[in-house]
Amino acid sequence: MSDARHSFTGNTAIVGIGATEFSKESGRSELRLAVEAVDLALRDAGIEPGEVDGMVTFSSDTNPEIEIARSLGMGELTFFSRIHYGGGAGCATIQQAAMAVQSGVADVVVCYRAFNERSGNRFGAGVQNRPPAPNAETANFAWYAPFGLLTPAQWVAMAAQRYLHVTGATSEDLGRVAVADRKHAATNPKAWFYEKPITLEEHQASRWIVEPLHLLDCCQETDGGQALVVTSLERARDLPGTPVVIEAAAQGAGPGQEMMTSYYYDDLCGLGEMASVARQLWQTSGLSPADIQTAVLYDHFTPYVLYQLEELGFCGKGEAKDFVKDGNIELGGGLPINTHGGQLGEAYLHGMNGIAEGVRQVRGSSVNQVPDVHHALVTAGTGVPTSGLILGVDR
Amino acid sequence: MSEPDPAADASASTEGGPSLDGRLQSFVGLSTGPTHRAPDPVNLPMIRHWIEAMGDRNPVYVDEEAARAAGFAGIIAPPTMLQAWIMRGLRTSQEADEARARGVETPGSPNDQLMAVLDEAGFTSVVATNCDQHYERPLVPGDRLEATSTIDAVSGEKKTGLGVGHFITTRLEFTDQDDQVVATMLFRILKFRPRPPAGSREAAAAPGTQSTLQAPPAERPKRPRPALTQDNSFFFEGARQHKLLIQRCAECGTLRHPPRPSCANCRSFDWDTVTASGRGTIYSYVVNHYPQVPAFDYPLVVALVELEEGTRLVANVSGITPDTVAIGTAVQVGFEAFDDVLTLPVFRPVVASAASGDASGETRKS
Ligand SMILES: [Zn+2]
Repeated sequence: MSDARHSFTGNTAIVGIGATEFSKESGRSELRLAVEAVDLALRDAGIEPGEVDGMVTFSSDTNPEIEIARSLGMGELTFFSRIHYGGGAGCATIQQAAMAVQSGVADVVVCYRAFNERSGNRFGAGVQNRPPAPNAETANFAWYAPFGLLTPAQWVAMAAQRYLHVTGATSEDLGRVAVADRKHAATNPKAWFYEKPITLEEHQASRWIVEPLHLLDCCQETDGGQALVVTSLERARDLPGTPVVIEAAAQGAGPGQEMMTSYYYDDLCGLGEMASVARQLWQTSGLSPADIQTAVLYDHFTPYVLYQLEELGFCGKGEAKDFVKDGNIELGGGLPINTHGGQLGEAYLHGMNGIAEGVRQVRGSSVNQVPDVHHALVTAGTGVPTSGLILGVDR
Repeated sequence: MSEPDPAADASASTEGGPSLDGRLQSFVGLSTGPTHRAPDPVNLPMIRHWIEAMGDRNPVYVDEEAARAAGFAGIIAPPTMLQAWIMRGLRTSQEADEARARGVETPGSPNDQLMAVLDEAGFTSVVATNCDQHYERPLVPGDRLEATSTIDAVSGEKKTGLGVGHFITTRLEFTDQDDQVVATMLFRILKFRPRPPAGSREAAAAPGTQSTLQAPPAERPKRPRPALTQDNSFFFEGARQHKLLIQRCAECGTLRHPPRPSCANCRSFDWDTVTASGRGTIYSYVVNHYPQVPAFDYPLVVALVELEEGTRLVANVSGITPDTVAIGTAVQVGFEAFDDVLTLPVFRPVVASAASGDASGETRKS
């Protein structure tokens, strides 16, 4: 694997972001949510639909690129690509777009994700008596579903229990992540939990979902759409807005990687996929954790935020429990994270809303703006093959 | 009707204090919650939906002339629609569910508190048993109903086909726009402690009652089936023969679980299996509370067991509770047939004095 500078690094930029409202029942089709988000992102960028020639989304997204293209009057598409592994795809959509732009395959690429995850098909909802059609993906669940290990929360909890045992971190340390997210959501009018902060006591009192995870360790479910527009930095400088430079973008799958259940290798206290992403982000950007003013760390479940702080090098192994104390990850702390409220507080948009917050922090337009942001780090879903980004100001 | 939530927070109940029966009886006579007000008057369109859904062809519900010929002043509503007029509607129910999902604790009504007391005492399951309605007069379009409900009776502990539990009878009184009582309804549920599966499943309903008897729960749903491929089916075949098999590279002897087609160590595609000793330790575990899938008993302990051969696998553990399960516990495999197709390894803690005994220790379901 090459850790030399990626050619798109510093030469590509995010120039537009757009999102629908985040709700529990959008009342609209998933396609309409996708089209609305893309429309808003293009307006934000100041780019006409006819200029878009590439699109990237998740393999789990239900909205075909060509439906969106037809809806908005785009012309030819010369690049379309989908990323697998659920929420792990988030930042990789931007990486794909940047690679396409840098290689000349496309000039303007839209990345999008839209779903009615709350009011429509909810993840992890279906359990059937019939065996699923046998293939390598469904066979994987044979090691969990018959034993009652059925949901993402349960899969993450298995690793988290071991992590707490080994590191001495406690449920309260997990709660500090939820408290920080909800504190930030409380001042973000777009957040579902706007004006609804929680205390650590409320976190501790919330009911068990799967020990060691309380209800408030688990992200919400959301209906909504989010889109982002990527083009070359050169083009970006001619657009009305402030370019947000893609300073690093990486995908990673760890040794012994499984889909949410990497239980068979190592000590369950690390995330091999994030270790891979972290190494690439630092090496290709030339930056280090000390250069980052704010981070959006994927927070489907609180434990993996602690793991990520360690894998990304913001603190040492097993030390995240100390790092998150005393408001260090809240606004005003050493590393404010998830300033939009995260997926626990703002919305669960498979992490795409987190990339948008990274863009706003670099632009200086977040409702919870961190002072003097030069570099913001964003991660995608963990426990699965994942991705990450470093976004920065144009110098 | 507001369905009792089996997962209702039990924090409203008191600590220590009087006996369970005493606490249960203290709820009798209390209102179950606020008055239910019908959102709409009794009306023809809703009657029409009802009779079409129910397949009821009696003309007195839709035809003025037929109704008069039958001796009524005009169209009447089907009597069994009684409760439909005061239903709170899907959105209200959903919003209540969501509020609960967000962790919003609403001040518990006496009914919520009663359910919480029973949940806490282990009577976590609920089944509606029977419902009696008594009508004072037919309802006619334009009637606007209200209903108040009180906890009418809580039985002592009863043994039923479903398990030990308490019957709770709720009395609803329906009044019209003139505050006249138009109907009463007795609605009975059984809050019970779920029994382990198998055994008889007689209906818990009290005999001799009329009208809407609800069916007892069907046979326990099966556990989710594994998707079987040529790579993994040997494991489940082995489990049926009460063998815990681990895939082994036939070339270099490396063990691997979960199974895969080739050896990452030497790239050989040849493999066989070894039968594990079944001894291992709990490497990690979870206690599942929610969601509750009918095939399993909750809280459900699921463990990641590290076998002494070095591989790990996920499995259930019996003979251990959420309070006693711990990382590092020594366990020994047994096997349990969950239905006629699915047999799975189930571990149990090794009892120190028996540790030197037979390693094949099997547990069988009675
Ligand atoms: Zn080999």
